[in-house]
Amino acid sequence: MSTINQIPIQTAAKRPGAEGNGSAAAIAVENVHKSFGSQKVLNGINLDVKRGETLAVLGRSGTGKSVLLRLIIGLETPDSGSILIHGQDIAGLAIDRMGEIRKKMGFLFQHAALYDSLTVEENVAFPLLHHKKEMSKSDRAVRVKELLAEVGMEAARAKMPSDISGGMQKRVGLARAMALEPDILLLDEPTAGLDPISSGEIDDLVLKLQQEHQVAFIVVTHDLHSAKAIASRLALLDKGNVVIQGSFEDLQKSEIEFVREFLKHS
Amino acid sequence: MIDHSVSAAANMPVLVPEPSTVPVPAALPNKGLITQFLEWFGDLGIFFWNVLRAAVTPPFEFRELFRQLDEIGSMSLPLVALAGAATGIVLSMEARFSLTRFGAKSLLPAAIVFSIIHETGPIITGLVVSGRVGAGIGAELASMKVTEQIDAIEASAVNPYRLLAATRILACILMLPLLTLAADFSGLIMGWVTQALSEPLSFHQFINSGFKGSDFSDFLPPTFKTMVFGLIIGLIACFQGMRTQGGAAGVGRAATSSVVLSSLFVILADVVLVKLIIILFP
Repeated sequence: MSTINQIPIQTAAKRPGAEGNGSAAAIAVENVHKSFGSQKVLNGINLDVKRGETLAVLGRSGTGKSVLLRLIIGLETPDSGSILIHGQDIAGLAIDRMGEIRKKMGFLFQHAALYDSLTVEENVAFPLLHHKKEMSKSDRAVRVKELLAEVGMEAARAKMPSDISGGMQKRVGLARAMALEPDILLLDEPTAGLDPISSGEIDDLVLKLQQEHQVAFIVVTHDLHSAKAIASRLALLDKGNVVIQGSFEDLQKSEIEFVREFLKHS
Repeated sequence: MIDHSVSAAANMPVLVPEPSTVPVPAALPNKGLITQFLEWFGDLGIFFWNVLRAAVTPPFEFRELFRQLDEIGSMSLPLVALAGAATGIVLSMEARFSLTRFGAKSLLPAAIVFSIIHETGPIITGLVVSGRVGAGIGAELASMKVTEQIDAIEASAVNPYRLLAATRILACILMLPLLTLAADFSGLIMGWVTQALSEPLSFHQFINSGFKGSDFSDFLPPTFKTMVFGLIIGLIACFQGMRTQGGAAGVGRAATSSVVLSSLFVILADVVLVKLIIILFP
């Protein structure tokens, strides 16, 4: 049996290419609390993720998983505690300073959040247009084509987001998140609502990025199968706390009632 | 094609938003009207400060600014010109009736010119733009907010205050005086046409008689005061849009409140500005 306060955080990778890159964590969440009004959402969360490592955050709906990602990207601020990105505490940073840090981060929203008046390719080009101003139009077009090919969406590049399915929107969202070659990627339910084939393709893409680019991933998901496939570590949240953190085998061995219940119904 | 993406980014139609699992702060419970009013002003002040800081620091979003100048300026021009023309006709008819009764018919051109340039043109422009542009900006930004598109812009390391708010507010400030000129012009033309239909009068005579004894101080301050109207319309519409909560209903509320509040503040600001103009340009 293990809880966040009882076991050391495992960083041992379970798959090749997931062994991390140096000892410093790319993301460190330290004793973070967050409430909305009287509703306590996170209650002293501790997590860290190194480059090349994938942490899957599991839990029931409304346990603060998405809020955790929004805190890490700086869209919300913690009530207390620290969030360190490459060792820098992001609490209280001005929006432009935070922007510099965000350039090395990618975020896939739960509903993709594509700009709905832009085509698929314009969505992917958006971060390049703003942050790679030295890039020529033709180079940008080539880069966008590469990114869309990587997520298997090159055929839909001229379509509007409303003309493609939810799964395709997520792929485009992923391509947009990868546009600036981030070394941290935060994925909010990347496989939710997808068919098993599309879901497997997203998993393969995550594994490929993990191995080729040593990206640090945090993946929020309800999909235990997907989490098992891509994550070097899993963290299970309940009522704003990390109930357990470790490998899938650690979860299976756990005696904690909530963990057993979660695994039984997953 | 890609070069248009930034400009198009903000041109979002109203959407039916998807639900989000991220909790939002509860609506203001048990708060008095005065507290809510003060909080609203406090939040507006913070918002304005963020926009101001974003507007004066690079990178500058010129492409989006030019798109907004077109959207707010050229697209509002027909409506403003029509409103100005209608005002000119009504003023001409009403003034003719009143002045004839008091035996001052010769003052008719001056009455029309002064009314339009001093007050009617600027306030009509302010109200028409607050209706068309205020609602548009409020609904557009609100729909982007509830579908997390503004969060996506921020997560892409782009400052939404700079890209979305500063460009729209600046475009409103710059375009209002130009639109006012259009309203003034169409009002004067239609005022003359209305008068000429009742009693032959050349446009040259109408203008000469109307502008007799006036100078630039009669013309410039009322025209440039509309820059304040532009600031009010842009600021309130962007603020109401970007703070929206509550899905499709929230989008509707943001659009309505943008129009109502910006129109109200334009009228209130006009009271203050007219007094200031009278003091500063006697």
